[in-house]
Amino acid sequence: MLHGPAAKLGKDNASAVKSKLGLKLFAVYALIYAGFVVINMVDPNMMEMKIVAGLNLAVVYGFGLIILAIIMGIIYNGICTNCEDSMNKPEKNTEKGGEK
Amino acid sequence: MIYTTSPIAIGLFLFFVSFVLFLSFYFAKKTKTSASYFAAGGTIHWAVNGIAFAGDYLSAASFLGICGMIAYYGFDGFLYSIGYLAGWVVALFVVAEPMKRLGKYTFTDALDSQFNSKSIQLLATISTLVVSICYLIPQMVGAGALVTPLLGLPHWVGVVMVGAIVIFIVATAGMTSTTYVQFIKGGLLIVFSTILSVYIFSNGINLKPHADYHEFKTIPVVVDENGEVSISDSEYAFADKTTVKDDTFVKLIKDSVPSWWKLKKDHLEETISIEKTTDGKVLFNGEPKEKGKFYSVGHASRIVVDGKEVEKSGHLGPGSFLSTIDNSEIVRFLPVKFKHNGNSVSLWQQTVTKGSKIMRPGLLFKIDGNSTFLQKLNFISLMLALFLGTAALPHILIRYYTVPSQKDARKSTIVAIAAIGFFYILTLYMGLGAMVNGVLDVESSNMSAPLLAKFFGVGLFSIISAIAFATVLGTVSGLIVAASGAVAHDLMDRFLAIKMTDTQKVRAGKLSAVVVGALAIMMGIIFKGVNVSFLVGLAFAVAASANLPAILMLLFWKGTTAKGIAASIFVGMTASLSIIALSPTMYEVYGLDPATAIIPLSNPGIISIPLSFITLVVVSIITKKDNSTKISAPV
Repeated sequence: MLHGPAAKLGKDNASAVKSKLGLKLFAVYALIYAGFVVINMVDPNMMEMKIVAGLNLAVVYGFGLIILAIIMGIIYNGICTNCEDSMNKPEKNTEKGGEK
Repeated sequence: MIYTTSPIAIGLFLFFVSFVLFLSFYFAKKTKTSASYFAAGGTIHWAVNGIAFAGDYLSAASFLGICGMIAYYGFDGFLYSIGYLAGWVVALFVVAEPMKRLGKYTFTDALDSQFNSKSIQLLATISTLVVSICYLIPQMVGAGALVTPLLGLPHWVGVVMVGAIVIFIVATAGMTSTTYVQFIKGGLLIVFSTILSVYIFSNGINLKPHADYHEFKTIPVVVDENGEVSISDSEYAFADKTTVKDDTFVKLIKDSVPSWWKLKKDHLEETISIEKTTDGKVLFNGEPKEKGKFYSVGHASRIVVDGKEVEKSGHLGPGSFLSTIDNSEIVRFLPVKFKHNGNSVSLWQQTVTKGSKIMRPGLLFKIDGNSTFLQKLNFISLMLALFLGTAALPHILIRYYTVPSQKDARKSTIVAIAAIGFFYILTLYMGLGAMVNGVLDVESSNMSAPLLAKFFGVGLFSIISAIAFATVLGTVSGLIVAASGAVAHDLMDRFLAIKMTDTQKVRAGKLSAVVVGALAIMMGIIFKGVNVSFLVGLAFAVAASANLPAILMLLFWKGTTAKGIAASIFVGMTASLSIIALSPTMYEVYGLDPATAIIPLSNPGIISIPLSFITLVVVSIITKKDNSTKISAPV
């Protein structure tokens, strides 16, 4: 693998759209994460409640937060890639490695 | 505990170390420029970078510390897994692409991209060094903890060995060799943790975890109205008793060997103990360590499967393993320390805990109805720091400069989230597996996962230990690259404006790596025995307080000024460090009464993070005229 100079980045017209989308998804996840913390603070006994297949709320919510991060990441990447493909014209491609 | 070394373990360890050194030597020939030394030339493939992210992030704290904490405190340890992973959401959605766009080699580059400010360069450098060193300490402690069972060497030898190997990795090929070491280690860690989890499911849960597991005795007693204890077992003679808080412990003698027992209503319950006598001897369950009487612990006292009480659960699946623990009862061994006739006694008493309490938060972090406001605040503070800390760790942020584009930075972050998330789910199984399989060494919670692997066979133990050692190598390499970049690039090149050729910059980076590595070795020896996950939690708090407000406000508030950023780094860093230094946890480290701590909070984030944000806003408003020379952010 070559290790030349650090890559130069070209103009990214999709930057603002991606940034807004990222903030919205971050806000959604932060709220769900905060929900987990708040339940533990306000009514920790609720975490013992069986939800599915003998698993309690703590496990389901905890695993859910991890899996949700992966799913949201994949969705975010899909939308961002579409935005980049549609908003960055091919003739303005100045960046090596795939950024248009 | 006494560990016996295994030739397979030593062989695998030597093979891995040789391979890592060969890799570093190979890449050294190709690492001639500062771009290749500090950022691997920005040409790493996003998938490789994603797994390398995992290799960088899944440190000794994640593997050894979290598994150890779950093994002793159940779901509370898993809170770290949840928080650490959630932090990647901040990195992906908010920080990844802008950091790639704004920076060159270090996170200071990104912070300073619109200002060219000496104060930002200096303070961000100091912050990088402080966070890296806070993070380095637990990694080195973990290395020392591993080397004892793996190679039969003392703690300090392990620390020196890791330090020397890592200095070689970083000083030869910088970020390039570091990337591939992290890639290999990240991949191996995930694969073999999966295999270990399959073993756990296959083994299930047994009342007697293994044939050699110690049978804990109870002795019937009569306690009269004066508190005098009469023992029914003639083999034992009463020696003394002592009361610690609400518990009474009785010292008995059998065949001239002393032992400590916990007094219950009508019987005595066996404990395990370490007693340091006034003449300098250390007795493990009343005898010298060489006698091998200090056994591993952790078992279920009641197993319920499908509503029926059983002795063995048989094979379990990922869901039924968790639900079986939830329905069963587990014996945990909780520590008590006291002085007796001048001797220092540490003993671990059996504590039967309902599975339903183990499978929810509350055993370590007191958040139930009896908890105080401060205890609840501590919990919020920890969860906040874990959530916001990841995106502010300098050694993680520099990995955004090793890929060619913003798109690659984003894609590699998603690969990292998937790999890390999967691993963190496995930590719950590995920790609980260690809790019930009679493998816990009460002297070192950090050894829970490797000892669990040993339970399933020396081969698996050897591989897991070698991977755990690699885990330390990968993370420490990343931390030292970040620290050496801060010194050579941010401090010497930019802040001090020392004129250096590209070759001299690389040399300065290598020299910095040697110095930081030597410092890490010293710290690793001093902090022996402290739970590594706890220490990393503190590093997260410092990173979230010192760096994240500056990063976020730079990206999302046009009014941010250079002085505002510098002030917020300074205030966030000093506030978090001061709160930690004056906290109950550190009072315990100092040997003082935690109840007398000046600041009753152990986790500083809830105070220091908002304080850092407020400082940035206030100073930026006061100095807004400075922004006339601000450079526009690149799009």
